[in-house]
Amino acid sequence: MFYSPVTKNYFQNREFSFTLKDDIYVRYQSFSTQNELEKEMQKMNPYKIDIGAVYSHRPSQHNTVKSGTFQALEKELVFDIDMTDYDDVRSCCSAADICSKCWTLMTIAIRILDRALREDFGFQHLLWVYSGRRGVHCWVCDEAARKLSVAARSAVAEYLSLVKGGEETVKKVVLSDPIHPFISQSLSVVEHYFLQYAIVGQELLSSKEGVDKVLNLLPEDVRKDLLLHYQSEKNPTKRWERLKTLVHQKRATSKKGGQYFDKEIMLQYCYPRLDVNVSKGVNHLLKSPFSVHPKTGRISVPIDLRNLDKFDPFEVPTISLICEELDKPRPDEEEEDDTKDKENEIEAGERRKIRDFKRTSLAKYIKLFDQFLDSVARSRKGDMLKKSDLQKDF
Amino acid sequence: MQFSGRRRKLAVHSQNDLYSHCLQLYVQPPLENISLSEFETFAVERLKLLKTVENLGVSYVKTTEQYTKKLHAEISNLNFPHKAEVDEASFTKSQVGPSEYEKRRKDHISHFILRLAYCQTEDLRRWFIQQEMDLFRHRFNDLSSKYKTEFLHKNNLKYDTLSADEKMNLKDQLINSTFGFSGITIVEQDFYKVPFQDALDLIRTRKVFLRGGYAYIPHQDIVTIVLNDFRTRLSKALALTARSLPAVQSDERLQPLLNHLSHAYVGQDYSIQKNIGKISLEQIDPLSAKSFPLCMRQLHKSLRENHHLRHGGRMQYGLFLKGIGLTLEQALQFWRSEFIRGKVDADKFDKAYAYSIRHMFGKEGKRTDYTPYSCMKVILSNPPSQGDYHGCPFRHSDPELLKQKLQSYKLSPSGIVQILELVKGMHYQLACQKYFELTHNIEDAGFSLNHPNQYFMESQRLLGGVKEIKKEVEVPQKVQENSVTNGTSVSRQPNTTQAMEEMGDLDSYFADE
Repeated sequence: MFYSPVTKNYFQNREFSFTLKDDIYVRYQSFSTQNELEKEMQKMNPYKIDIGAVYSHRPSQHNTVKSGTFQALEKELVFDIDMTDYDDVRSCCSAADICSKCWTLMTIAIRILDRALREDFGFQHLLWVYSGRRGVHCWVCDEAARKLSVAARSAVAEYLSLVKGGEETVKKVVLSDPIHPFISQSLSVVEHYFLQYAIVGQELLSSKEGVDKVLNLLPEDVRKDLLLHYQSEKNPTKRWERLKTLVHQKRATSKKGGQYFDKEIMLQYCYPRLDVNVSKGVNHLLKSPFSVHPKTGRISVPIDLRNLDKFDPFEVPTISLICEELDKPRPDEEEEDDTKDKENEIEAGERRKIRDFKRTSLAKYIKLFDQFLDSVARSRKGDMLKKSDLQKDF
Repeated sequence: MQFSGRRRKLAVHSQNDLYSHCLQLYVQPPLENISLSEFETFAVERLKLLKTVENLGVSYVKTTEQYTKKLHAEISNLNFPHKAEVDEASFTKSQVGPSEYEKRRKDHISHFILRLAYCQTEDLRRWFIQQEMDLFRHRFNDLSSKYKTEFLHKNNLKYDTLSADEKMNLKDQLINSTFGFSGITIVEQDFYKVPFQDALDLIRTRKVFLRGGYAYIPHQDIVTIVLNDFRTRLSKALALTARSLPAVQSDERLQPLLNHLSHAYVGQDYSIQKNIGKISLEQIDPLSAKSFPLCMRQLHKSLRENHHLRHGGRMQYGLFLKGIGLTLEQALQFWRSEFIRGKVDADKFDKAYAYSIRHMFGKEGKRTDYTPYSCMKVILSNPPSQGDYHGCPFRHSDPELLKQKLQSYKLSPSGIVQILELVKGMHYQLACQKYFELTHNIEDAGFSLNHPNQYFMESQRLLGGVKEIKKEVEVPQKVQENSVTNGTSVSRQPNTTQAMEEMGDLDSYFADE
């Protein structure tokens, strides 16, 4: 959150919000130092901690500023994918529940969005975080991303949106010629997971209900054909094959363009659904990484994209686990260091904290986060070097 | 923008540098002295042009030949620049009319003057930006490819083009993301790499290829980018201008002009009718249903029902009646008889209301505005509040109520739908035009509506009414306390600067059709 020592007052002007006991919500919290933040956290024991924008003035003093001049200057570009937005297309769970079967939707979402944000938009510093219960967040921390206007954020979010419509809309994805490269690339990700996730896992074409829902997305003639076929064919995988074949035939023989019903089905069932409003707002607050989810106790940990398919939300450490681990007696080797540090209490405190974390299950997640921060720092250094080179400032 | 810049001496620019391209983004304000009369003329002519832009924009689809031809004609007629290709010799000299240099100079100066008039409210700013953008789009699209590129470079829109190799490598992606391109056209047209933040509309709708944060935009679409830039700049500039406005408005020569520009109606002012006295009071009721625009029909109806109208309604309706030919005596009789039926007795009427009616006819004191209101004035100024019946029903009525009213007037359901669509798109005058067409049972009104009295005139003409009503050259009229006799004589202002000082009525400048 410091990003760089050059930008003055970055931390001091950052808004935090706390949700306290009994759902008391306090906004516009700001702190002069990290220490102050820690102390306040210890004092107030918030259930939830959210991070907001960096403002023009200290948020805690926003009431003293002339109206109109207190403005959000910068904020990371964020995305929030919530499993409840997929309730109409998942059969295993609903509402706040998740399971290993529907978690694949998050995997798909991360793959698609991560690629697009990096390759299409050129962003480099993305932090994907498990929200602690039923979704994931993405924090885009590039300087260019932090400086985006509301209109730009909204445009990015709309570029990334393919599933449109609410309760009243049956068919939520419609494709037409030509298919934009972004859609083609997203489709390849979906296609990779579709058979295993949707046909097998979600049993899309196994039950009558499931079949009806899918067939509702097809034109009349294809639907009739399939209903007939499904009377004898019960194997879901074969059923899907038949569906694809028929759609391809229709496409080949049709004079009209854009008959991509099979792809539309896949996208409707799997393509990431993001809340545009979360991404649009320059002063929107989002749950802080490493905070504890009040309902599950799980910690919002960063997700390792190198091992994305192996990520299991149920293995994520809970606060109780961490407490247990911290309460375990410390190994002997650390006592020697303690004596050395007697002179410098504060440093000792810091070092102890770091050692403590390494003993817990959070270790690997903190490492991930450190790696992320390192690359942001390196990039910043690189930019500054470039700048000083240009200015011939040695 | 520092208005005092006007007072600085003309910088030593070679004339060729200053206006080297026929199109510009109006970044630098003009730095010269100009006379007041040039100031007025430039402002008025640009306003006429922008009004035409607006009218054509709602009457024709912007990409059609009719639109382009008509707009091009207006630009020419008003002596605004349109020729990109000009040789040295004829740049500053011209056999007939102003030279190309002079036209470009006028374009530059008039734009900045209108900024002063149109920066004051959100509505005005929106209108001004919209018309300037449409005008710019037309002129940019009119340029040949060579001049388009020249324009981009001159204006620091230094977007790199893709090399032939890069294009070949991305051929399939470009074809699949950009509408209307095939393998061949990819090779022929230039593609620009534009940072995605400058091309949000194209990104949001996935109409272009995006990679590494750059949108790959074909030459033909670059106008969208330029327009975005134009809109952003102009919007910011207007906000800044509004802040320095008090300094400008303190100059009494300019203040009346600027105030009136933003309400100016550019056309006939209907302050003189040849058919004065040809309408009898008995005719008003049937006429209100047949030939009055909806706003006046509504005002008349409420006057009859309530035996009263508030000030806004009296002004709008009273001046309209004057415009259709009522004499002062008739007007007095008309209002008096109606008000007496209500709560006002004869004495009170004579004391309180008669004065203002005489005023409308120029018989009392000096009024700033006594010409019948144009549509723009009705739509933009003095919105009605509770208890008022004036304004434009298409603009100020709740759509549901408007629908019911139209239904009660027995308009066809499909016609009503069309009207409501136009209202939704904020094309109030077109909605009224549609109302005209539906009530007169014709396909096409044949005129572009912008004045209630015009509506009346056209209706009467159609219905075979008073025959002398034609679009004639109106003599500009100026009310002077001592020179008005019995309501119909006119005196022309001999001295323009004097007129400016006593100026109350800009409309007199727009008398010619």
